[in-house]
Amino acid sequence: MNAHTPVDAADPSRREVLAVGAVVAGSTLLVGCSIGDLMSLGADADLGAFGPFIKIADDGQVTVVSKHIEFGQGTHAGLAAIVAEEMDADWSRVRVEQAPAIAKVYANLGMGVQGTGGSTAIANSWMQLRKAGAAARAMFVKAASKKWAVPESQITVKDSVVSGGGQTATFAELLPEASGVKPPEDPKLKDPKTFTLIGTQRVRRKDSQVKSDGSARFTMDVQEKGLLVAMVAHAPKFGARVKSFDDAGALKVPGVVAVHEIPSGVAVVAQSTWAAMKGREALKVEWDESKAETRSSDQLMAQFRDIAAGKGPADVKWTPFNSKGDIATARGEAFEATYDFPYLAHAAMEPMNCVARVKGNNATLSFGSQVPTVDQLNTARIVGNLPGAIKIETLFAGGSFGRRANFQSDYVAECVHIAKKVGKGTPVKLVWTREDDMRAGYFRPIVHHAVKITLDDEGFPATWRHRIVTQSIMKGSPTGTPELDETAVEGAHSSPYLKATPVVDAQVALPDVGVPVLWWRAVGATHTALVMEHTIDQLARKAGKDPVEYRRALYRKAGAQRHLAVLDLALSKAGPVPAGQVRGVAVHESFGSVVAEVADVVVADGAEPKVTRVVAAVDCGVAISPDQIAAQIEGGICYGLSAALYGEVTLKDGAVEQTNFDTYRVLRMTEAPQVETHILPSANPPSGVGEPGTPVIGAALANALLAAGRPPVTRLPIVRTVV
Amino acid sequence: MAITIEVNGKALTVAAAEDTPLLWVIRDELGLTGTKYGCGIAQCGACTVQVNGQPARSCSTPVGAVAGMKITTIEGLGGHHPVQQAWVKADVPQCGYCQSGQIMSAAALLAENKSPTDADIDAAMAGNICRCGTYQRIRAAIKDAAAIAAALPAPIQEDR
Repeated sequence: MNAHTPVDAADPSRREVLAVGAVVAGSTLLVGCSIGDLMSLGADADLGAFGPFIKIADDGQVTVVSKHIEFGQGTHAGLAAIVAEEMDADWSRVRVEQAPAIAKVYANLGMGVQGTGGSTAIANSWMQLRKAGAAARAMFVKAASKKWAVPESQITVKDSVVSGGGQTATFAELLPEASGVKPPEDPKLKDPKTFTLIGTQRVRRKDSQVKSDGSARFTMDVQEKGLLVAMVAHAPKFGARVKSFDDAGALKVPGVVAVHEIPSGVAVVAQSTWAAMKGREALKVEWDESKAETRSSDQLMAQFRDIAAGKGPADVKWTPFNSKGDIATARGEAFEATYDFPYLAHAAMEPMNCVARVKGNNATLSFGSQVPTVDQLNTARIVGNLPGAIKIETLFAGGSFGRRANFQSDYVAECVHIAKKVGKGTPVKLVWTREDDMRAGYFRPIVHHAVKITLDDEGFPATWRHRIVTQSIMKGSPTGTPELDETAVEGAHSSPYLKATPVVDAQVALPDVGVPVLWWRAVGATHTALVMEHTIDQLARKAGKDPVEYRRALYRKAGAQRHLAVLDLALSKAGPVPAGQVRGVAVHESFGSVVAEVADVVVADGAEPKVTRVVAAVDCGVAISPDQIAAQIEGGICYGLSAALYGEVTLKDGAVEQTNFDTYRVLRMTEAPQVETHILPSANPPSGVGEPGTPVIGAALANALLAAGRPPVTRLPIVRTVV
Repeated sequence: MAITIEVNGKALTVAAAEDTPLLWVIRDELGLTGTKYGCGIAQCGACTVQVNGQPARSCSTPVGAVAGMKITTIEGLGGHHPVQQAWVKADVPQCGYCQSGQIMSAAALLAENKSPTDADIDAAMAGNICRCGTYQRIRAAIKDAAAIAAALPAPIQEDR
């Protein structure tokens, strides 16, 4: 990047145009610069002797710097364990801290920018952190070798103690010499067979104490001198704008200091949260709804159904995603099914919030930033500075499930706009209530699937016609909308069942709707897993075959060995079906991992189905923390089951009808199954675990209902139709 | 009118108006941020504290209604309460945001019921939502906390 420094010398607006323009164009206008480099213009990175990921204190304590946010998924523990393993550091004394926002140093290698998502944190860091740990270890070995005049080959390291030639020294004792050793370019990595930490039950969370004693610091908990709290009156419909407002009442509320109009509404700024709430209640706002989305969700779904049935507008664009052969060759009676999926709110426990301080062109933010680079870019546009000059302190987030990552940085931009109006570097904490969070959109989009399948003489799919109609999540990406929005079709696109089918005609249509949509834990698989797995159970029954054996045969045809292995593992651990219960089985691959779930369910007339137990098997490559993998499968199943049973956001004339947990029902303890997680041994590089457990449970539950003789599930949530 | 409450053993006078939810007094005025906001309508339990030993949703409890009462927040458990020990041992938390409320509900349960059954636990914890889905670890940790507490020497009785 240094070679381009002269380009930076222009005035800030010129520099911003260059950096931002390059990213918007989706290309590197400055030859030799990556997006990460461009987005780091203006950044100031001061790295220590052991590189960007490792700090070692004078007392020998090792701190691993996490480029990924910790919002529950256990990433901090996993990343630290990778470093500690290769370094032979004393795991009990390893701590974790959050990296600053510097894309060129801390980019997600799968994204090119700094960000967490797609269950990639461990996968993209695996080799990077192994090398970082191994390099640090090599520096200590070299330092000891020189100090003791002992060949490096005779030096060993264990639990932060270096030994050789009859001498021993701690990392602390060798730190002065080791810090001066040039880090090796290509350090020798351990043979995974010799791992002593990775894959053991010793890899546990580093944050359980602070998350059990109230001291963990979330955005909501930022307190500092002079901090003001802001709440925003938002438009009741997506796309509506402020027409006029009357702030006289709000300004009379004790503690309210200012009212500002911003692009997303009218902000009340106060000295306390309660004053901001009361102030907002006293605010009168009139909205211009001339450009608002005013359709109801029922209307939208009806339109999506029409489009899938070929009755939609003539200009609907269909994009094929898995087509092969000639569908006109379809013969015989076809199996047909349709599936409807509602909008879903992420409903993280901590409603969206952000702290910003703006002084002139400078902005410093503290919050649970899921994609710091994008948040820097959007902030930079508001304050007129370089993205890399925007400082972000990433805090723990009280969940996200995708919500804190969007191309517009919606809640972040809102906070920065307010902080800019307040100015003077005054810290402003934007607080959303649960109702704000629920109505703000960025939902998992509504989705309609229609399948039409013919079977061959043996009862296996001969032709498979598949139509998906949903909203595009990738629309609005700063790098442009891709030809095929993979987030709409993943899970169907890669399905072994389609691979095993000779003729496939699969297409997706993505009509425009004025409701902002977003990835929601497991993204496309939240619908494709149920469609593929529930369809397969129905086809098996139509063919007169056992659904599990039917799957096995198709996996063999498709060469899907990992699917076969997890299915076999889960079933072998599940044992017999408990008396009085029914069993559903589903298998799905997402984010590089394959998960099988065997769900035992009590199905009774007039009652909601109750999933009592789920036995899950997962192939996620090398298992770094078996305990945290289990935790993610347990939690993922609860998240997926909550949506399958109850989750639904509806719009009435464009307005969101749900407001809080009384109207947007989520899974509670009494409804949570007991989950057993079994990990398939694997030498493959690690793949995701945060999301892959989520989409399988809805399908397993739907299949259990079929086993109980109930009609197929054709729409979610299940409580709408089954009770 | 100033209101006096006892928070984690300390008598305090707060300036907030009587209708201010206890939650915002605890967080904004007293600076104890372990107690969380989640819903504001007593639906999620993230704001659970104990009022005279009973679990209460502080988001829906006006401070004026607890004048003179004893409030215990997550900070008041001290960090090594049997429930907190069990939580750490089992790595219960994921995102952690709801856990202060979960722990306060669990501690209140165990104070009244030394060895709760699954049904007792479900009943006591049904008001606490965890979106990360840590429910099964919570259930196991409550049982473990009961065992940890049972192994402790008998507490010294207070004078009053």
